Amino acid sequence: MTKTFRMDEAQPRLLDETGQGIVGAPLDRPEGPKKVSGRAHYAADGLPEGAAHGVLVRATISRGRITGIDESSVSGLGGVIGVFHGPEFLRNPAQGMAGEAPVQPGDEVHYHGQPIALVVAESFEAARDAAQRLVVSYEAEEGVETDPASASALEQDDPETAGDFDAAFAASEVTLDRSYATAPQVAAAMEPHAAVAEWEGDSLTLRGALQMLRFNKDELADSLGIPAEKVRILAPYVGGGFGSKLGIGPEAVAAALAARALGRPVRVVMTRQTVFDAVLRRSETSQRLRLGADRDGRLRALSHDDRVSNIEGEGFAEPVSQASQFLYGADGLSFAQTLARVSRTPAGSVRAPGEAVGMLALEQAMDELAEALEMCPVELRLKNLPEKNPMTGQPFSATRLADCLREGADRFGWADRKPMGSRREGEWFVGMGMASAARSNMLVKSAARVRLGADGAVVETDMTDIGTGTYAILGQIAAEMLGLRVEQVEVRLGDTSFPGASGSGGSFGANSAGSATFLAAKAIRETLAGRMGCSLSELTLQDGIARGGNREMPLSELVEEELVEEASVEAGDTSESHFSSGFGAHFAEVAVHAYTGEVRVRRMLGVMAMGRILNEKTARSQALGGMIWGLGAALTEEMAHDPRTGHVVTRDLANYHVPAHADVPGDMTVVFLEERDDMANPIQTKGIGELGISGAGAAILNAVRNACGARVYDMPATPDRVIAAMEAAGS
Amino acid sequence: MRDFEYSRAETLSGAAGQMGEGASVIAGGTNLLDLMKIQVMTPSRLVDISRIGELQGISEDGDGLRIGALVTNSELAADGRIRSGWPLLSRAILAGASAQIRNKATTGGNLLQRTRCPYFYDTAMACNKRSPGEGCAAQEGVGRMLAIFGTSEHCLAAHPSDMAVALAALRAEVEIRSKEGETRCLPVTELYRLPGDRPDLESVLEPGEIITAVRLPAPLADTRQVYKKVRDRASYAFALVSVAAVLEMEGDRIASASLAFGGVAPRPWTDPEAEQALVGAAPGDEAFGKAADVLIEQAHCHPDTEFKKPLLRRTLIAALREATGLAKPATGASTARIPA
Ligand SMILES: Cc1cc2nc3c(=O)[nH]c(=O)nc-3n(C[C@H](O)[C@H](O)[C@H](O)COP(=O)(O)OP(=O)(O)OC[C@H]3O[C@@H](n4cnc5c(N)ncnc54)[C@H](O)[C@@H]3O)c2cc1C
Ligand code: SF4
Repeated sequence: MTKTFRMDEAQPRLLDETGQGIVGAPLDRPEGPKKVSGRAHYAADGLPEGAAHGVLVRATISRGRITGIDESSVSGLGGVIGVFHGPEFLRNPAQGMAGEAPVQPGDEVHYHGQPIALVVAESFEAARDAAQRLVVSYEAEEGVETDPASASALEQDDPETAGDFDAAFAASEVTLDRSYATAPQVAAAMEPHAAVAEWEGDSLTLRGALQMLRFNKDELADSLGIPAEKVRILAPYVGGGFGSKLGIGPEAVAAALAARALGRPVRVVMTRQTVFDAVLRRSETSQRLRLGADRDGRLRALSHDDRVSNIEGEGFAEPVSQASQFLYGADGLSFAQTLARVSRTPAGSVRAPGEAVGMLALEQAMDELAEALEMCPVELRLKNLPEKNPMTGQPFSATRLADCLREGADRFGWADRKPMGSRREGEWFVGMGMASAARSNMLVKSAARVRLGADGAVVETDMTDIGTGTYAILGQIAAEMLGLRVEQVEVRLGDTSFPGASGSGGSFGANSAGSATFLAAKAIRETLAGRMGCSLSELTLQDGIARGGNREMPLSELVEEELVEEASVEAGDTSESHFSSGFGAHFAEVAVHAYTGEVRVRRMLGVMAMGRILNEKTARSQALGGMIWGLGAALTEEMAHDPRTGHVVTRDLANYHVPAHADVPGDMTVVFLEERDDMANPIQTKGIGELGISGAGAAILNAVRNACGARVYDMPATPDRVIAAMEAAGS
Repeated sequence: MRDFEYSRAETLSGAAGQMGEGASVIAGGTNLLDLMKIQVMTPSRLVDISRIGELQGISEDGDGLRIGALVTNSELAADGRIRSGWPLLSRAILAGASAQIRNKATTGGNLLQRTRCPYFYDTAMACNKRSPGEGCAAQEGVGRMLAIFGTSEHCLAAHPSDMAVALAALRAEVEIRSKEGETRCLPVTELYRLPGDRPDLESVLEPGEIITAVRLPAPLADTRQVYKKVRDRASYAFALVSVAAVLEMEGDRIASASLAFGGVAPRPWTDPEAEQALVGAAPGDEAFGKAADVLIEQAHCHPDTEFKKPLLRRTLIAALREATGLAKPATGASTARIPA
């Protein structure tokens, strides 16, 4: 029986009272040795007996109809088994938490790069060769719109507002009106998307590179037109996701179809080029920030409008102004979004959707406002921290943003920041910048099962570990609750035959799957308390010993037969009554080459309050990784689309520039401030994976400005753009 | 990848015998195999030259050095003689690719690596370099990595090598062996052909010819050598622009300048007039800027490469500042030390 729990009110901080003392500890991830020695099998690593290999074929028109797929163009090639296509094929991966099939376009082509067929052969090499040679004929549409800037199909909602922005802006003593643009980006996870499909009768087992199995199972079943009970998905290890593996993708459906038709397993691994072509990208954005303030720095008016793009039929629009809606208060607030419909690789969630790009603009605008006010940027922010979410009126469940700002300024040596353009070391201008960080926090329905045996425990959930540390933290929570050493807890993930969890996305995985694990273990504690004849609050469990009611007993004696509990958690009243978000402050020091415009980040500091930290080490890695993403968004990452066809031109990692090691400063510091969010979930945590990005890039760009006067409005700030901005600034 | 035959040559004459119509030599394979996988290159035969003894090693050659075509980029960059006499070459090589790739990449292969124009890499797009006469998708496409000198209406692609740029500034020569066993030498810059109406023909190598070595002339004592590469991230990216500079000073005046430019042309670009503009000049941004203007004047830009004019100008000035001691040398600048 699953125990269901709704988060309707603040919960006691049980994890602060339990005896084991390992929640929060910076433990190594238990699966680490397997990963570095190649024994952790990712989706494509296992090749079942008799498996065939599939390679996806892309469309090479921007929009139109497939009029023929000439199978004879490849059928004579050695090793080729067949060509598959059909109405079940997916146009693109499902959006996160869709739970149903994404668009299945049949013989229509909606973007250049769309997967339209699968060539299957006895070897990968033969399949790839044939996929490149397959002759496809099309009827191409004329006048297809591929450029978001000029697209005519626009969707616009009424602005979201609070107060009267126009009046407040007009009444402001100091105003700022700026436009910023960010480039399209991709997740570029290390593991390319892959699937191995195997049928037994009418049941399908799919090994996939996926983040949200509970939803993926329904999406896959719906795509294939079979009952969800007939689908099992396995994804015990996932080599990075960052949103790109939230939904079931074309590779999985194609593999399943081919495997069914052939009566043998089929493995499909996307080439890196296909990952760029056909996996959901982050939309480019153009953003307009209008800020109005009093002379003393109090914000009167704040408006953040944006324009993003997506292909027709996708509901997702990059939520650019998400953080702008709650980070600072003002009398008048207004947020309007325009969505342009284009025939381009579809857009979806990429790590920190909204904040990752929206805060680049917001936090640069705040920096510009501080400059206009001749005020310290830290002070300006401190002056404008609201008590409540200014749009909804909800009180914040927990916020230490002010502490993060102060502590960060202190630790970074912010007081030594020099006036703009005045610090020069040889050919390099040097400067400092800062930005706030915010990323809203969620709890998503999740279940987990915990089994306690005589000498250890097992946690089972279909939750995934996409490199984030789920194995580590769920083991720590269970061990903490049951008084075991972590080595005594085995965590089993990534299998839809286990209880369904939130999956990894939106930074809510640890909150959600962690709470479910906690609750299942708590149910076991209740049973143990009963056996000890004491109340739950009297019970302590530590190092395999139960104590309570003046008794002491080894767990091994208390648990003769395995105890099994399953629990499920879901959001409740607290998500209405309170607003939960992670907060932090980023600081950066950069050097800008006075001649070449190259930017080198010298050091970065992130001070973050993100609820209870479950594992200090994996949390730090998440925060660091996020900050590096911020660096990439600010300085290097840009996906280029062909202006005519809309197709992705930067289709590999030599052309799409994620930061290299040399871009990342040796001096990267993350500081966590102690925090508990009682309203968020029963374990008082907040999401971690995305806060590190949010604002980090803006700190860097603000430092560039402080260094040399260049303000780059078109991101990333590559050397050419920095030079243009330096010339505009006369430095 | 298309099916191909594979044969390994043990000797140069053996290699010559195996080279026929549609054959290609393979050295490190770091460029060729990538292009074969995506069927941009589809040789019917690979002649593996990687075990040929005559192509290995660095040897003294009068006052200069002879670098075998199979010497890897890592080996060459680390060689003590190179580091002291021709530090520019070490710097340029280390500014390219990654350690893993440099371990495989060879001197000959590096010189003959193909362009990084993304349309060249995409068989769905028209490209005169892949199929002459098909058209050039880059003309109205994304062109950030394209050249600004030496292009034609048929092809705007840039040569991506860093090493070749350094070799050009060092006035190195390429040693070439014909199918019949005859050897000829050419200045590095003359190894390449400008695209004209046949961008598919990139070098002057005749069918069956193999690069056997690169010859470095005696180093000039006390020259300042600087390699400055600007790219879209701090490492592991091709040059937006790069500058190789070898300067000789006489008192506080520039006596001679040898310059070569990367990321801006279908071959390491040189400009004798820009070099001449520096001779006799007193170091300073003004003199450097004048030389840069002479250079930039010849540029023809795609809309996406307009930025290369100011960037190249500034990068040249920055390189010359380092070479003349106006700026503290960054990584990438060294003085050639000639053992007495
Ligand atoms: C991700 C990535 C990044 C890179 N970044 C850079 C960079 O920043 N800067 C840079 O300069 N380079 C860079 N490179 C390119 C790299 O330097 C080249 O791939 C390498 O130098 C090629 O050498 P190779 O021996 O592997 O050549 P191969 O791939 O074996 O051959 C390349 C070509 O040369 C021909 N060839 C080889 N040897 C001979 C010979 N002796 N005689 C006649 N023909 C011959 C082959 O037939 C083939 O056409 C990068 C490569 C990659 C993959
Ligand atoms: S610039 Fe040259 S390599 Fe690039 S598409 Fe045009 S012809 Fe091909």
